[in-house]
Amino acid sequence: MTKFKHPQILLASNLKDGEVVFLGHNGWERDFRHARIAKSQEEAQILETIGKTDYSANIIVDVYLTDVEITDDGAPRPLHYREKMRIKGPSVRHDLGKQARGAPDEH
Amino acid sequence: MSINNSNTLSRINSPKTTYQYDQFDKNFIRERVAEFREQVRRRLDGSLTEEEFRPFRLMNGLYLQLHAYMLRVAIPYGTLTSQQMRRLAEIADRWDKGYGHFTTRQNLQYNWPKLIDTPDILEALAEVDMHAIQTSGNCIRNVTADHFAGVAADEIEDPRPTAEFLRQWSSAHPEFSFLPRKFKIAITGATHDRAATLAHDIGLRLVQNASGDIGYCVIIGGGLGRSPFIGKIIREYVPRAALLAYLEAIMRVYNRYGRRDNKYKARIKILVHEKGIETIRAAVEKEFAAMDHTAFQQDTQEFERVAASFAPPPYETLPSESSKLTKARLETPAFDHFVSVNVSKHKIAGYAIVTVSLKPINGIPGDATSHQMCVLADACDRFGFGELRVSHEQNIILPHVKKDDLYTLWQTLDAADLATANAGLVSDIISCPGLDYCSLATARSIPIAQAISLRFSDMARQRRIGKLGIKISGCINACGHHHIGAIGVLGLEKKGQESYQITLGGDPGFSASIGEILGPGVSADQVPEVIEHLVDFYLAERQENEAFIDTWRRLGHARFKDVLRREGEDGADI
Ligand code: HEM
Ligand code: SF4
Repeated sequence: MTKFKHPQILLASNLKDGEVVFLGHNGWERDFRHARIAKSQEEAQILETIGKTDYSANIIVDVYLTDVEITDDGAPRPLHYREKMRIKGPSVRHDLGKQARGAPDEH
Repeated sequence: MSINNSNTLSRINSPKTTYQYDQFDKNFIRERVAEFREQVRRRLDGSLTEEEFRPFRLMNGLYLQLHAYMLRVAIPYGTLTSQQMRRLAEIADRWDKGYGHFTTRQNLQYNWPKLIDTPDILEALAEVDMHAIQTSGNCIRNVTADHFAGVAADEIEDPRPTAEFLRQWSSAHPEFSFLPRKFKIAITGATHDRAATLAHDIGLRLVQNASGDIGYCVIIGGGLGRSPFIGKIIREYVPRAALLAYLEAIMRVYNRYGRRDNKYKARIKILVHEKGIETIRAAVEKEFAAMDHTAFQQDTQEFERVAASFAPPPYETLPSESSKLTKARLETPAFDHFVSVNVSKHKIAGYAIVTVSLKPINGIPGDATSHQMCVLADACDRFGFGELRVSHEQNIILPHVKKDDLYTLWQTLDAADLATANAGLVSDIISCPGLDYCSLATARSIPIAQAISLRFSDMARQRRIGKLGIKISGCINACGHHHIGAIGVLGLEKKGQESYQITLGGDPGFSASIGEILGPGVSADQVPEVIEHLVDFYLAERQENEAFIDTWRRLGHARFKDVLRREGEDGADI
């Protein structure tokens, strides 16, 4: 695991439908605002362990931690533009993806 | 769970102008669907791990992307019947989000299928003789061809029978199912290369020898990606009877010597580059001479059997000029522009080839809604013998339209936002999905295409500029062909930001060349402006009838680089 520098969330793709999901406090969430935020290396490791278990249990695939900052309302905001895309949906079709269901329209 | 409504059935009287699956093909596809259904079931119940399942999923064209799975459907040599197009629309509505993306590989990609639905989607495809096999993995991929095949006025022979012959040969071929890397073949039968034969692992050109026999000029080692190469001729003439044997000799040499240690050096282009074309030619000729040719003895008969299914449609005998067309052109300027830009010469008098642009201003290159797909299916039933083509430029072709029908067709297309008169012009941009969908992307490409097309939204100005190919990829894999765009744009990541590298001088045709880098990367906002400066410079410098690429060749890269330097000094902040 790389050195811990920023808060992190764990994201993955749901096996059955491929949708991006985030590890929350009670399992996998489809809205990133419900993601559990790891604020230390130890917490990040806990998330990763759960990720590995659920990968082995065939619930999710392509699981990884990503760096975020915490916005004023307490929600995580990915630092990299790739993950900013993943929490919303295609930037060229606002009617599709999570943003169509009301995820904030802000990068 | 299949779709079976009468809508799907093509008109009973639509002629068979393309290859029809025989029972063997049908059984093969159905068995594969059943097999994949079982694999998905075992994946979902946990009997298969992701590592075990992934190769099976990829063998059936199913990828995992940024927001969802993605299913790539094969459209062999870009030929579709109206019935198949309608089925693609139905699938988009029922299992996806109401649209599809036509790609530079003449395929279709669905961006939102669910794993649990994929077996049903594949079954729905199988019902119309379609599938997603060999659209991924280290095998021989969908063979691509000139989208004007069989109708082009400049054609020596229709390349589709050969493409179909190759499809049958390469499908599930045990020797070529685990190649060092993926393998792409393109074919043209015309004197203009509309299939980018020099940018493929193997490019084939139908040629006629001194005694009038038709055979193939074989090119190998072309390719794009992180290390682009223009293909080289390995043999000027291979007789038809020896084609498969000769290709098999190439594949064997590649299979034996192609690098399996490094994925980035595994394509045949690297082998040709490292060993030299002479060495590879000698190895292929040696293999060709030594191999057992008995397996190929039936090839000529088999080719004839395949070729017979590409009978020309029942054309009418018509005068070459249509007074109806002339009148409509005079009366409706927008239609007149459409005809001069999107309509090409057909080999049969009184007919024309129509390019339907999937590049409206500010649109997403290659995307078509299910409604548009249905409009195209209906239009080709009404006006084009029920046949359509997908071009590698991500447009749709109606290959046989009567000149008398062009105006009515245009009205139908216009009503569905399908009449943009920009085929081959600056806004007819090839773009890969980039970071809006693709998990390998380093930057977005679609918004760049949209911004450029908006910048040049004045159609009269576009016509003045003339033919100009802009091609955009969202990472070095070059799926958007940026290396062979007269203007290429490559999206990269620089210091945590999207950054775009511009190249000039790429050419996909017989005079193929790889573009040269213009300078340091620019931001997304700057791309349209930079391109506009380059285009303005070209307009100021061009000689009569000189295309952008030719002006660039005449003046040289340095002069174009200077343009930007000067603009920068003028404070244009580039
Ligand atoms: C979205 C999922 C896609 C993935 C994962 C993907 C992956 C790749 C990769 C890894 C390469 C580089 C191969 C190499 O250099 O050996 C490549 C090349 C290429 N792909 Fe894609 N691609 C995707 C979508 C597309 C699309 C949408 C198109 C058509 C618009 C396309 C057409 C091509 C072409 C034309 C090339 C370059 C030719 C060559 O193989 O050298 N790909 N792709
Ligand atoms: S070029 Fe890169 S970003 Fe574009 S489709 Fe190919 S792999 Fe994806």
